[in-house]
Amino acid sequence: MNTIKEVTSDSLNQVSKNSPEIIGAEILVRALAEEGVEFVWGYPGGSVLYIYDEIHKQDKFEHILVRHEQGAVHAADGYARATGNVGVALVTSGPGVTNAVTGIATAYMDSIPIVVITGNVPSNMIGEDAFQECDTVGITRPIVKHNFLVKDVRDLALTIKKAFHIAKTGRPGPVVIDIPKDISFHKTTYQYPETVEMRSYSPVLKGHSGQIRKAVSLLREAERPYIYTGGGVILADASAELKEFAELLGYPVTNTLMGLGGFPGTHPNFLGMPGMHGTYEANMTMQHSDVVVAIGARFDDRVIGNPGHFMSLPRKVIHIDIDPSVISKRVRADVPIVGNLKDVLLEMIAQIKAAGPLKNKTSVDAWWQQINEWRKTDCLKYDRDSQIVKPQYVVETLSKLTNGDAFVCSDVGQHQMWAAQFYKFNKPRRWINSGGLGTMGVGIPYAMGVKKAFPNETVCTITGEGSVQMCIQELSTCLQYDTPIKIISLNNRYLGMVRQWQELSYSKRYSHSYMDSLPDFVKLAEAYGHVGMRIENKSDVEGALREALALKDRTVFMDFQTDPTENVWPMVQAGKGITEMILSSENAE
Amino acid sequence: MRHIISVLIENEPGALSRVVGLFSARGYNIESLTVAPTEDSSLSRMTIVTTGSDEVIEQITKHLNRLVEVVKVYDLSDGAHIERELMLIKVRAVGKEREEMKRTTDIFRGRVIDVTDKSYTIELTGDSSKLDAFIDSIDKSAILETVRTGSSGIGRGERILRV
Repeated sequence: MNTIKEVTSDSLNQVSKNSPEIIGAEILVRALAEEGVEFVWGYPGGSVLYIYDEIHKQDKFEHILVRHEQGAVHAADGYARATGNVGVALVTSGPGVTNAVTGIATAYMDSIPIVVITGNVPSNMIGEDAFQECDTVGITRPIVKHNFLVKDVRDLALTIKKAFHIAKTGRPGPVVIDIPKDISFHKTTYQYPETVEMRSYSPVLKGHSGQIRKAVSLLREAERPYIYTGGGVILADASAELKEFAELLGYPVTNTLMGLGGFPGTHPNFLGMPGMHGTYEANMTMQHSDVVVAIGARFDDRVIGNPGHFMSLPRKVIHIDIDPSVISKRVRADVPIVGNLKDVLLEMIAQIKAAGPLKNKTSVDAWWQQINEWRKTDCLKYDRDSQIVKPQYVVETLSKLTNGDAFVCSDVGQHQMWAAQFYKFNKPRRWINSGGLGTMGVGIPYAMGVKKAFPNETVCTITGEGSVQMCIQELSTCLQYDTPIKIISLNNRYLGMVRQWQELSYSKRYSHSYMDSLPDFVKLAEAYGHVGMRIENKSDVEGALREALALKDRTVFMDFQTDPTENVWPMVQAGKGITEMILSSENAE
Repeated sequence: MRHIISVLIENEPGALSRVVGLFSARGYNIESLTVAPTEDSSLSRMTIVTTGSDEVIEQITKHLNRLVEVVKVYDLSDGAHIERELMLIKVRAVGKEREEMKRTTDIFRGRVIDVTDKSYTIELTGDSSKLDAFIDSIDKSAILETVRTGSSGIGRGERILRV
């Protein structure tokens, strides 16, 4: 059997024997530049001072000083989601690391490529309960794709190369590099490896041709087909292929929360988002389909609800994903295909074309008729005549004013669901939210990261008065580093999603979901040097949004006083089947 | 069902904790786990004995493969294999039972490797059920101390796991 020859630190050091020795911190800074890093979000501290000293001396990338390490990791994560590049954050040991943990876990759950560099106490003090020491590799192990503790400065360059390689290939994810302080000032020669091969890590790219053939034949014979796609399509940059695939077949498409923008939101084949707060037509189509092709999606609990209910009807499942562990995890796949989605879709498109015209037109036409009946339910209706500001109206107006083309970040809660339902995303990588971990507080740092990458584009954050206070300190960073963002806060004075569950499942006992003593957000925004607006009437919504969007070089905090009793509909309560939907408050009782 | 899974993993510090962490994080069982470097000192070989439905075992092997430092995963129970475990057991051996203990040890092809006037320390190898059978066949109250290594496994004949 073949053994893959691995690039080792020794071989690298031999090649570069003649070059001068430099310290670890300089190696790090030069390696980041070689990886094409444009921005590093970070916060200094004792263990990373050599690294900060080197950052001071270079001009290859910009360092953005956040106000809390959580914000640094979220910003790097937001940048990665919007660009597809690896985002980079830098934090010090101990509390720097523990503050970063929420950010790392958030990126992990949504498979986002980031590299987090953490300082640690000097090697000889590790394990001695030194000041600002923590077991970084141990703490982050369950929430990273991989992590490294660098024990020898001669391993540093190769470790950085491996970290970026692992973060962005296969199913992407966060990688942590823990660098003890002495490594950052030890000297060695430097040469950055051009390639890296690891015998233990080689993600499968090409899908199995036989399986693809089976899938194509199932799809061609389907009577009630459904294309169900998730965040994988975005991560694989496969939206164009998905569009061609779906149009070639003429089948209905749904995008999960993480997959929005993977297929144009205004396309006639698009049924909206499925799941707990998915559209009626998306869920009904999912449940009653006879062939589902899942593309970069994982049948998670917020999408299919009760798996027993979902599996109670016979259905063939084709499941395409780059990570085999996702396949048959919650729903058994009849045709599993492991591979890069872009490549697999291209091969499917070629095979579908080669196989000639589809012969299932009659049944698919009938299927569309049924779907159009479901669509008539108009499940996203809300009281448009209300003079109180309806949160849905705010999002809908924003979608209209920006043509579905803005970068829209969100926090977590009701506003996130309204953003997903009412903003019609036409492009991938424009919808930036924490889907898996559901981290409140990501909104401002996400927008900050996105704006750095796209300084000339409109970058908004849809948030609520609960979430926004979880990382509000980053307003200060937005001013210092000139990242003007538009914050659309749907302020209903409640932790709305909690309140909604309490209303429906806890007999309206609103335990600790009401927020009294909220700050004056207008004054707060002004105190941070930004523009604040308070909008109380429906008639002022569009004007205020127009005004804020026109203030291109200012961060604007829009405090919309919205209806405190509004709920997100439709809703599938936890544990129910996806067709057991509550459509509005009238049938919630 | 009981499965015996072999893993070749980079011999790096912390590699073991990634495997153990995976099992605890996802709620999988570990009946036993053994690990030691192979003839190639850059690689460790692990034998994990676990139980679970076919679906669970499939997930376990997939998740093991997903770990960056894991080079190869092989479910030995998929085919013919050999499994051995070593047990050292210290038993009371006085009077009548001293002779009886020696006899049982011989029947199980064990060896007495340490002797005092009151005790024997017996070395026994075999698959786990053989070691269980030995324990069942002697007087429980005679057992002073037991230490078992957990199973190590290898495929039969041409079934070879290497890089």
